[in-house]
Amino acid sequence: MIQVINLYKAFGNKKVLAGVNLEIKKGESMVVIGGSGSGKSVLIKHIIGLLKPDKGSIIIAGKDMAKLKGGDVDNLRKKFGMLFQGAALFDSLSVWENVGFALKQHTMLSDKEIRAVAGEKLKMVGLAGIEDMMPVDLSGGMRKRVGLARAIAMDPEILLYDEPTTGLDPIMADVINDLIIEMREKLKVTSVAITHDMVSAYKIADRIAMLYEGKIVEVGTPDEIKHTKNPLVKQFITGSAVGPIKVG
Amino acid sequence: MNWLEDIGLAVAHFIEEMGRIMVFFIETLLWLFRPPLYLRNIFKQMEEIGVNSVGVVIIMASFTGMVLALQSYTGFKRFNAESLVGTVVALSMTRELGPVLTGLIVAGRAGASMAAELGTMRVTEQIDALATMATNPIKYLAVPRVIAGFIMLPLLTIISNMLGIFGGYLVGVKVLDANPVVYMRRSFDYLEMNDVFSGLFKAAIFGLIIAVISCYKGFYAAGGAEGVGKATTGAVVISMMLILISDYFLTAILF
Repeated sequence: MIQVINLYKAFGNKKVLAGVNLEIKKGESMVVIGGSGSGKSVLIKHIIGLLKPDKGSIIIAGKDMAKLKGGDVDNLRKKFGMLFQGAALFDSLSVWENVGFALKQHTMLSDKEIRAVAGEKLKMVGLAGIEDMMPVDLSGGMRKRVGLARAIAMDPEILLYDEPTTGLDPIMADVINDLIIEMREKLKVTSVAITHDMVSAYKIADRIAMLYEGKIVEVGTPDEIKHTKNPLVKQFITGSAVGPIKVG
Repeated sequence: MNWLEDIGLAVAHFIEEMGRIMVFFIETLLWLFRPPLYLRNIFKQMEEIGVNSVGVVIIMASFTGMVLALQSYTGFKRFNAESLVGTVVALSMTRELGPVLTGLIVAGRAGASMAAELGTMRVTEQIDALATMATNPIKYLAVPRVIAGFIMLPLLTIISNMLGIFGGYLVGVKVLDANPVVYMRRSFDYLEMNDVFSGLFKAAIFGLIIAVISCYKGFYAAGGAEGVGKATTGAVVISMMLILISDYFLTAILF
């Protein structure tokens, strides 16, 4: 479904991605782990085409996101839903207008129909009845769930999660984890999440990949990752300050 | 030779920024002519830039007209030309002060809020979110603001002109004891349509400048709250500078 091939990206002199290779199968839940500044966010932004690589390709459903332009990028993006770290809800629009935003832009549905779809998606994330609230009035966990409802509004084939549990209390984090699993099972989506929350990674991943110094250093199932011999991965998953990973 | 290097860097940054503003402007122009037109956004921005600025524009213009009458009276009395106060007020307001002061005030009010709003949308990833939903952010956010600026600045300038002339009239007649009929006639006898239109044309250009600069600054804001603050200040300062500079050249070349 998604193939990242030999991806390079530098900002000025800073090399962020230095030859990333990663394959994500259809219907799979891939979690990319790595420390702050390891380039996880940059990777996920390349997958949805928000950033253009210096070198390499991102093949999605047979098309290379890195080479597409303008309208073709937008057409490919309609396959995606993305949940941002801070939810990135539009402050000036109410909850249902946020959830129904893409429907309003890309379908001929009336406002009434959009509102109904938005209500349905909100129900899926456990937030029925808040259609008319404004984003500023929501708590962090609610914002994330509205963001998730917005991400699934167009029934995407691929869902991207940028640090889905960061900044939430452990219980709310688990609610989000359950929702991510539910999305995969109910909607059969392919999902890519980036996180440094190992509890979340073990729970939601089919496979985990670790990004370090601009490269994928290990890919495996949660079990394989737990019993890895790779000292880099070992240090990261056990959360130790001592080890081969240099702390800047 | 460190200071030479610093100056060189500053010049390079300035040229780079001007280049990026041009690219942003051209991109906005290209999107202007591609459907869909977000009418709802355009009207909302017209309200934000235009309707919400009416209050400050009224106060600014009436007091400018009033002080202009007082000042020109003081000067003109020295060579017995008091009767021309109305003419001076009308010409200065329509040709110069109406458009320029309106431009500066809108740059401070609407330009700042535009840059702050878009800057916040940038740092909270709302602009990225738009893009991920296959909606071009320039089309959705910048184009409506540019259209609204281009349309609303001339309209605000018309209000400015009328109130400025009216303010001058009030001071002329009530304070300086001019004959109301003569004052009015002097105001409009020497006023040509070209004076008004040249002012409105300049205002439209100023509207364009304010919207393009403020959107650009907002779009390229980076670095959290501090970045948004810098973007806002930058938007206001650059808009005001460009209004004053372009005002001279527009006046010199066209009229």
